[in-house]
Amino acid sequence: MADVMTRPEHVATEKRRVPRSTHARIWSKWDKLIVVLMITIPTVIVVALVWFPAVSTVILSFTDWNGIGNIGDMNFVGGQNYVDVTTNYPPFGPAMQHNLIWLVVFFFGPTLLGIFLAALLDRELRGGRIYQSIFFLPVVLSLALVGFIWELIYSRDQGLLNNLFHANVDWFGDPNINLWAVLVASGWRQTGYIMLLYLAGLKSVDPALREAAAVDGAGEVRTFLQVIWPVMRPVNIVILVITVIESLRAFDIVWVINKGRNGLELISTLVTQNVIGEASRVGFGSALATIMIAISTVFITIYLIQVMREQK
Amino acid sequence: MMSPRSFGTGGVPVIGRRALLQGMLGAGALAGLTACGGGSGGSGDQVTLGSNWSDPVPKKAIAQVMSGFTSPGVKINTIDHNSFQENINNYLQGGPDDVFGWFAGYRMQFFAEQGLVGDVSDVWKTIGSGFSDALKQQSTGKDGKQYFVPLYYYPWAVFYRKSVFTEKGYTIPKTLDEFTALAQKMQTDGLAPLAFADQEGWPAMGTFDYLNLRINGYDFHRELMAGEKPWTGTEVKTVFDTWRGLLPYHQADSLGRTWQEAAQSLQKKEAGMMLLGLFLGQQFPDADRSDLDFFPFPEIDSNIGSDVVEAPIDGFMMSKRPRNEDGAKKLLEYIGSAKAEDTYLKSDPNNIGTHNDADTSGYTDLQKKAQQLVSGAKSISQFLDRDTRPDFASTVMIPSLQEFIKNPNDVDGLLKKIEDQKKSIFK
Amino acid sequence: MTAAVVGRRRRTRPARVVLQVFLIVMAIGWLFPIAWAVYNSLRDYDFTSAHGYFSFGGFTLKNYVNAWAEGDFGRTFYNSAVITVPSVVLTLLLSASAAYVLARFSFKFNLTLLGLFTAANLLPQQALLVPLFRLFVNIEVPYSISDSGTLYDTYYAVIAVNVAFQTGFCTFVLSNYMKTIPKELTEAALVDGAGAFRQFWQVVLPLCRPALAALATLEITWVYNDFFWAVAFMRTGSKFPVTSSLQNLKGQFFTDYNLLSAGSVIVAIPTLVIFLLLQRHLRAGLTLGATKG
Repeated sequence: MADVMTRPEHVATEKRRVPRSTHARIWSKWDKLIVVLMITIPTVIVVALVWFPAVSTVILSFTDWNGIGNIGDMNFVGGQNYVDVTTNYPPFGPAMQHNLIWLVVFFFGPTLLGIFLAALLDRELRGGRIYQSIFFLPVVLSLALVGFIWELIYSRDQGLLNNLFHANVDWFGDPNINLWAVLVASGWRQTGYIMLLYLAGLKSVDPALREAAAVDGAGEVRTFLQVIWPVMRPVNIVILVITVIESLRAFDIVWVINKGRNGLELISTLVTQNVIGEASRVGFGSALATIMIAISTVFITIYLIQVMREQK
Repeated sequence: MMSPRSFGTGGVPVIGRRALLQGMLGAGALAGLTACGGGSGGSGDQVTLGSNWSDPVPKKAIAQVMSGFTSPGVKINTIDHNSFQENINNYLQGGPDDVFGWFAGYRMQFFAEQGLVGDVSDVWKTIGSGFSDALKQQSTGKDGKQYFVPLYYYPWAVFYRKSVFTEKGYTIPKTLDEFTALAQKMQTDGLAPLAFADQEGWPAMGTFDYLNLRINGYDFHRELMAGEKPWTGTEVKTVFDTWRGLLPYHQADSLGRTWQEAAQSLQKKEAGMMLLGLFLGQQFPDADRSDLDFFPFPEIDSNIGSDVVEAPIDGFMMSKRPRNEDGAKKLLEYIGSAKAEDTYLKSDPNNIGTHNDADTSGYTDLQKKAQQLVSGAKSISQFLDRDTRPDFASTVMIPSLQEFIKNPNDVDGLLKKIEDQKKSIFK
Repeated sequence: MTAAVVGRRRRTRPARVVLQVFLIVMAIGWLFPIAWAVYNSLRDYDFTSAHGYFSFGGFTLKNYVNAWAEGDFGRTFYNSAVITVPSVVLTLLLSASAAYVLARFSFKFNLTLLGLFTAANLLPQQALLVPLFRLFVNIEVPYSISDSGTLYDTYYAVIAVNVAFQTGFCTFVLSNYMKTIPKELTEAALVDGAGAFRQFWQVVLPLCRPALAALATLEITWVYNDFFWAVAFMRTGSKFPVTSSLQNLKGQFFTDYNLLSAGSVIVAIPTLVIFLLLQRHLRAGLTLGATKG
């Protein structure tokens, strides 16, 4: 690879022709301005439209504002909303549980399956591209569409499953099983996304490593576990964090089915129910949102520490 | 380490820089043009109307109604009903259309209290004679002024198929005891006595409302909805105890069933009765619709009787600062006329008109019966999620009723949870 | 040696067969839900309500025709394009710029800014709705730009929010990718007298073409499929994007699920086309934020 990059002749003679101080001379004032703009404009946009509202949400969580009227009219109620959320709001406990279940299932299901499929497809295989396309297909569909598809399958009276097996299972209505039914639907989509990320990472692993392992006589499984897996560490971290964040943010399928009730409560649906619509419990909903932000921040920090270590 | 060049292999098409730049400019121009010219403001004097009648049949009906209002014209802004309802707070505060569709009841009063809708009492001076007192009461805010102009309503009642009743020899029950006896007979005959669905969470509110209205009366119901009466009292407990007694006759697994599916089971003669609104008829194919009939929810306490009807009213309101206030008020006067209602109902026969002079000659038998039921009602309630605070209805009542259906035995615990949450909401 | 090679091949063949069978079974299972929805979209509702969904017959193309008309897809596709194209282009431009600066120059706040961008994409949308709404409603613009007099109910607001949210992820991916471009190339451009911007535009960006194409695919998919921002920040029904067309097909009192399936398929087609066209780019590009071999 190095050969390709240094082929142009003048690079080879660079050291001779260009003294170090040339670098400082080349950046004109105009250049510096451009560079500053190039970083500042995106930063301003992201801070103004993402971070500023995030901080506002946290502040709002300490008020009892109903979303209407002037900001001057709202009262600060301290931590009352948080007390209410944790003690006087029956769906909260189940929602936290469900998000946790979601995380565990996603990790042991779609994530591992995605990695497995990626490892399987990382070779010369007839129809390999087609398989990749098929597994990735659900990712491209909107989640609302995915919700409709699975309602056709899971409906108690008219769904495919119950009609096929002459059963009367209440897939969406029985709170003991509906979360699992939804996890199948959601995992169906998540697997392809993980598979693709992992496959892309696998494609860039140095083939020399694999050849060395083959020469040593290692079988495929051992090669993967002992040679490839350690080298894929950055990708592994990325996938872990994505799994966590997607579990926290899970929303669309559940909302489309029954707005997140009766066994399908999730933190994001609780936030939405309180903040959107005519509900007007903005202070209360913001407290829920802040809890969500706080949990996200923990994982984001872990992620960033990894990035920092990688860069060093 | 991988070479960047290696990713460009394989003959893949390449996005040129020039194309990228052109794309940007084109896209920017596109966005600019559309933002400028695609505005929704009425041209000149037109009155703008925000409509959440997005289904094909009601949409056409509204269009017909508005075409009858020619000076000045009406510009209709149709938003799908789900999005409209979910974003109503944003809509009202972001500068809504001059006139927009909404519902009567607490929801309407809530917005009036917040100063988000315009006072239309002077419109009522003109149209007031055409409406009953009950309707005027439902259009009035807490301060005594009117904010709402009704268009149509539809009652909730217990629906059944005439052919099934004649075939099995059932009679219409007038009291709770007769109702229970009928349900038992249906069970032995292999029918599910009451088709029931609560996946969306709101259908069960109809049952709660009627039980509460029949057991405790209209005034108590209204006060309970306004947060003025405790949920933990004996009155509400009796309601749930009675309901528990009736639950065995409801269709099983109701939380996984949509109300459309329940209605279809009524149509397929798998269920005997269903408590729902007049819109149930939409689930019946044309051929079967004449077989559909209803009876009012039976009486439970003879002192209270059964003359309260639950009939949600749909209509229109004016925004607080309309751009064309005169036009808006004229439009509301027109909407409050019998002629407008007749035009609407001609295209959408699933409701009944609110105006005293609405032309009932074109009504189906079912509509005529519904109209008699409602006009004979001493009081009209609007349905739980329109009669109380929306956040209470959706974040507390829906999960609580679903909880009750799953586990009807812990009523005390359930009512305590409802009461605690109610106190934190209705401050 | 030939014998050994042949032996190896013979040993792996049954394993290969098992692999293929496994993959075929998985692929069929994966495709099946979509196939089921498409199958039902081709059937008449009256037929399926009479005979149930698990039946055969009643085929028609009527659902597609009706879905197109009722969902007003002609207009909503246009609206979606108006939102998606500028959003994606702006996102890529802004994040490439930021990534370039973050990757090439080391300065005090480099890591902080990277964290700022990355974390921005990971925050939940619902949490930020109310403050954003207040922000847009309070920014007054002349009536010639916005019908409501504020940024509420304009495409500008929707595009701005989409850009802000997606820039984080793209900045992260691109900054990592740009770090893999050797400094010798850009320094060669410096010697040729190119300023910072020309260096960026003429040297670095072209080398990022695969990554840009891959991100373009992902971003187009995500922005196009988003139904939250547009509906929250606009109030004129005729401006809503294609995802709300599906809502239109879901009636208030009556949902024809076959019609809805047809509508869903129609909505999915553009993303599928883009995905297939840029599939090769996609696979090549996603890795760039992560592995360093």
